[in-house]
Amino acid sequence: MVRSESSHEAREVLDADDVQRALTRIAHEVLERNKGAHSVVLLGIPSRGVPLAQRLAARIGEVEGRDVPFGSLDITMFRDDLRLRPARGLGRTELPGGGIDDAVVVLVDDVLYSGRTIRAALDALSELGRPQSVQLAVLVDRGHRQFPIRADYVGKNLPTSTRETVQVLVSELDGSDAVLIGGTADDDPADPTREGRGSV
Amino acid sequence: MTRHLLSAADLSLDDATLILDTADELARVSDRPVKKLPTLRGRTVVNLFFEDSTRTRISFEAAAKRLSADVINFSAKGSSVSKGESLKDTALTLEAMGADAVVIRHPASGAPHTLAHSGWIGGSIVNAGDGTHEHPTQALLDAFTMRRHLSTIAGRKVVIVGDVLHSRVARSNVLLLATLGADVTLVAPPTLLPVGVDQWPCTHSYDLDASLVGADVVMMLRVQRERMNAAFFPSVREYSRRYGLDADRMSRLPEHAIVMHPGPMNRGLEITAAVADSDRAVIIEQVTNGVSVRMAVLYLLLGGSDSALGGDL
Repeated sequence: MVRSESSHEAREVLDADDVQRALTRIAHEVLERNKGAHSVVLLGIPSRGVPLAQRLAARIGEVEGRDVPFGSLDITMFRDDLRLRPARGLGRTELPGGGIDDAVVVLVDDVLYSGRTIRAALDALSELGRPQSVQLAVLVDRGHRQFPIRADYVGKNLPTSTRETVQVLVSELDGSDAVLIGGTADDDPADPTREGRGSV
Repeated sequence: MTRHLLSAADLSLDDATLILDTADELARVSDRPVKKLPTLRGRTVVNLFFEDSTRTRISFEAAAKRLSADVINFSAKGSSVSKGESLKDTALTLEAMGADAVVIRHPASGAPHTLAHSGWIGGSIVNAGDGTHEHPTQALLDAFTMRRHLSTIAGRKVVIVGDVLHSRVARSNVLLLATLGADVTLVAPPTLLPVGVDQWPCTHSYDLDASLVGADVVMMLRVQRERMNAAFFPSVREYSRRYGLDADRMSRLPEHAIVMHPGPMNRGLEITAAVADSDRAVIIEQVTNGVSVRMAVLYLLLGGSDSALGGDL
């Protein structure tokens, strides 16, 4: 796992409270923009997008007073760099009971970087149904896009150099919430391990 | 990294678990309206079948197509093999056509091994049954089916009954299940157990009723009459009475036990129709699971720049 090796001089840019506040704000923005949570479905991209989607769904549910459907969307099979590295295990795709047809799907990921993950997610989504619209929520936007993709909801804009790594920790998987930034020599924004998902 | 799947013995516990976990995720694709993934687009999978087969060939074909690979089916009947073409020339032809993977079923034990190590062909070789040697994807789908019903395999008691001598399914199952930590017992008349069975990682017995006590899985093997060139048992009636699974024997199994059969079944010989059609039999489910498991194998061998199997995970 590249992330942990490269984080030896990592610096914390968001602490646990900052992450909580960012998620709360995103939850309210989702409600504001969609005029309520009606037909909103949150889909997290494994691995760290999934707990984030779950938390956003819980927060939106608290405000609205009803359960908001959430699930996960694995994009491994749709990556454009599959042939560049050995085959790897798959994450889970799990849609809520109602499916995604005619829903407002909010994709949730930890870091937005090259945009390739989201491109793959849009492809994966089209195999599963036809949402009314698709929005994107990310905890961190670190720039360096390689596709015409932008996020609708951003927890924190983090201007970075391509030589740095951004690592998002979530308590469900890592024991605590934080966003760390560290230095490394590798500078390929297309490398998915740099988007904060070293374990895929 | 191993590019080929030739034997269940080549799979480490990590490899086998990775295949089963991947198959678990891929099984969900079969429940979707669009049962297709773009992963192997542009790759060619050749089904090279020198021996009759329905379910294995169709299963591999469905698996490759669901991953968007191009599939070429080759059966020895109606090909140049009937004009006397050798395995080598057939292999060179397939290589010239650019096969990324060759799924081979052959009556000669070791044919896939020859294909993989001869240098005739550059693609991945997947053994889909060679003679009386091995059938690793069958063992994987059996393990997958067991895991779905029993949730764990380690420590489970699996009884494999019947024509072990001619069975590549039994050999692959014993090897894989030993890796996965199951406790396997082979049951057959002495004439239908291979020489050297005591070297296998399992126990064996001649007494079916005693072996069925406490079994979690009973796997019945087909009596392969097409491979029998001698009298291995006195009569069909005697065989089915001593080694066949009937409703009475099934009723003595533990509540949660499942009955498996790799197919095709000889109803009335190794298994009665009542057992085969009961809700404890997961025989049709084995076929369904076969597609998911073969998708997982093709994906892990061909999906990336290199195979995901055989690494130090």
